[in-house]
Amino acid sequence: MAISFDKALGIHPAALQFRAQRAEVLANNLANADTPGFKARDIDFASVMKQQLSTQGNESAVALEKTHPGHVSGFIDEVEGGELLYRIATQPSVDGNTVDTQREIAEFTQNKIAFDSSFTFLNAKFKGLSTAIRGQ
Amino acid sequence: MSLANVFTIAGSGMSAQSIRLNATSSNIANAETVSSSIDETYRARYPVFAHALDEAGQEGSLFDEQPSEVGAGVRVMGVVESQQELEARYDPNHPMANDEGYVYYPNVNVVEQMADMISASRSFQTNVDVLNTAKTMMQKVLTLGQ
Repeated sequence: MAISFDKALGIHPAALQFRAQRAEVLANNLANADTPGFKARDIDFASVMKQQLSTQGNESAVALEKTHPGHVSGFIDEVEGGELLYRIATQPSVDGNTVDTQREIAEFTQNKIAFDSSFTFLNAKFKGLSTAIRGQ
Repeated sequence: MSLANVFTIAGSGMSAQSIRLNATSSNIANAETVSSSIDETYRARYPVFAHALDEAGQEGSLFDEQPSEVGAGVRVMGVVESQQELEARYDPNHPMANDEGYVYYPNVNVVEQMADMISASRSFQTNVDVLNTAKTMMQKVLTLGQ
């Protein structure tokens, strides 16, 4: 009987990856806080989550039919399936930049906390697995 | 791994802000650099920032199969000189005065430069914070399973 890591770990590895990716997007917003004309962007968690659930073995998922063993599966990138959206600016700026530094910092911090909690869950899963293996 | 990109992005931000800080300090230092001709007078310098797009991803790196839309931080396109008019002062006793008795002062607005300096230093700090947070996130990942 083999342990399926995908089943044992659930959504958490993907969540961790999503958080890392979102950190990149938010860091990019903050780095471009003084770039004229730059539009702040973000990824929507809900849409990524929805897509994750549909790709994770749900019957209702839209899957590509493979008619040849050489066909590659998973054309849709696991995390990048979530669309990169533009943030709605709270205040207009003269140079067309839509980065609100305070808001981006808040989002970045929140993202970090979410990352930490996903990490904690994942770590707990691994600990549970190793306890099961040792049989204690 | 996208967390590694955060380092590049925040690093580019820090580098761009330090260029801005350099230009500002040069402007403030030369605020009183007078000259007897318009052409030789110091003009305020400003770096031009632009959004850097991730080109490394498009070349097909090992991890990024698709070109990243996210971008790779900020890039300094160049430094431009302000085209604002210079300040001509009538001061015939000045050693640098020209034949008509005028000296030219740079178009540096010290108040504006101070505001720019604070803005640059704050943005620099923000990027350092981002870098630090990314560092702790990455260190945490390395302890997975321990």
